[in-house]
Amino acid sequence: MISILRTIWLTFLHIFHKSETIEYPEEKPYLPPRYRGRIVLTRDNEGKERCVACNLCAAACPVDCISLEATEDEDGRRYPSFFRINFSRCIFCGFCEEACPTYAIQLIPDFELAEYDRQNMVYEKEHLLINGEGKYHDYNFYRNAGVDMGVKEKGEGDNEEKPVDLNDLMP
Amino acid sequence: MHYLLIIAGVILISLSIAAGLIWVERRLLSVWQDRLGPNRVGPFGLLQVLADTIKLFFKEDWVPKFADKAVFIMAPGILMATILLTFAVIPFGPRFNVYDSNIGILFFLGNSSLGVYSIVLGGWASNNKYSLIGAMRASAQMLTYEVFMGLSLMGVVMMADSFSFHAIVEAQRGGWFIIPQFFGFVVFFIAGIAETHRLPFDIPEAEGELVAGYHSEYSGMKFGMFFVGEYLGITLISAIIATLFFGGWLGPSFLPPVFWFLIKTLFFIFIFILLRASLPRPRYDQLMKLGWKFLLPVALFNLLATGAVLIFIK
Repeated sequence: MISILRTIWLTFLHIFHKSETIEYPEEKPYLPPRYRGRIVLTRDNEGKERCVACNLCAAACPVDCISLEATEDEDGRRYPSFFRINFSRCIFCGFCEEACPTYAIQLIPDFELAEYDRQNMVYEKEHLLINGEGKYHDYNFYRNAGVDMGVKEKGEGDNEEKPVDLNDLMP
Repeated sequence: MHYLLIIAGVILISLSIAAGLIWVERRLLSVWQDRLGPNRVGPFGLLQVLADTIKLFFKEDWVPKFADKAVFIMAPGILMATILLTFAVIPFGPRFNVYDSNIGILFFLGNSSLGVYSIVLGGWASNNKYSLIGAMRASAQMLTYEVFMGLSLMGVVMMADSFSFHAIVEAQRGGWFIIPQFFGFVVFFIAGIAETHRLPFDIPEAEGELVAGYHSEYSGMKFGMFFVGEYLGITLISAIIATLFFGGWLGPSFLPPVFWFLIKTLFFIFIFILLRASLPRPRYDQLMKLGWKFLLPVALFNLLATGAVLIFIK
């Protein structure tokens, strides 16, 4: 009996509480930097595309919304000839970002993706590629991976076999 | 001519309060849940009522093929009719009521009993197991609570020596009946919640268990009539509480009597919505137990005590 009256009284006191509602279109909610929203392709600090078209993002994607095709430029550097994300399928799980070895594909705090035409939900490479570095500044895959640190030569580590001589026919 | 104006006024006031409650309830509930509620349509979202009504009118008004068509269509009308009829005997002001019946309270009790038919017939005609369960629960609940709803009012009738609402209001010039009839008020208030099958006693609807209870199959404006009927019921019970226990239109003379009546009524509507915001729905058997084992003895005790005191004084 007392607890019922107390419940009613405590509910009544909520009249003096501030509303939690954020009136969205006029007032934007705070989105944390690691919010998983729209997907972008970033460039490294030299302004070149980070993406090396390894297809790991497309393999990781649980809804198969990413499709791309690899090609090479004159220096032998791989890049995607096209890169397509179907946002009407995307579930914003962020697996592609986790799979990416070069920090190329990133999810950013932007969720306003509504379109009147369903076909406009399919983003091509020119829509995805941005001119910045996204969340990871001064990271360049080619300056960090495969760089000789002067510790050991190829094939000198424990459990590591000597490199295969491609010009030798012997087993 | 004067008579027609009063009828129009009573219908206008009661229907517009009931319709406005659609918005009031949603706003108040959201305030108590730290939300904002509907505030987009018109100033403070007031036109939400209009938007909802237009929406209901344009919804498909579908009668199920398995339903008993005539009864199905009639049921929501019975609810509205019985409640609106009761407003005829409620005094909104000293000379502002449609008919000052000398058996006003009996008229109200009779009409609220007839209101059960609407729900039972609506649930039965829907030919749907959930509707039928809801209707059976409604009939059991309303029959139970009807018993001591009447008994709890008898104390007031004894003190005022009349069944007429007008005479009861006049009898409260010396003091509101809430003080001598406190237990009667408590019992009547709880019975009133059960009678309008409002939360926390919305067991006939119980959307967690019975989809929407007796009006599961209703759509369009037929559903709208059940919906507005519920709000009319709240308004009616609030108006009757204000009349019988809180002096009706009596009040300091700087406001006209109608305003005092409306302020008191709106206060009890507010309490109804506060109860909805705070209390969970009891189990069905708990409701019956509360009714028969607690409220009925309290009502009888109140009746006996009031009678004894009145005899002793005279």
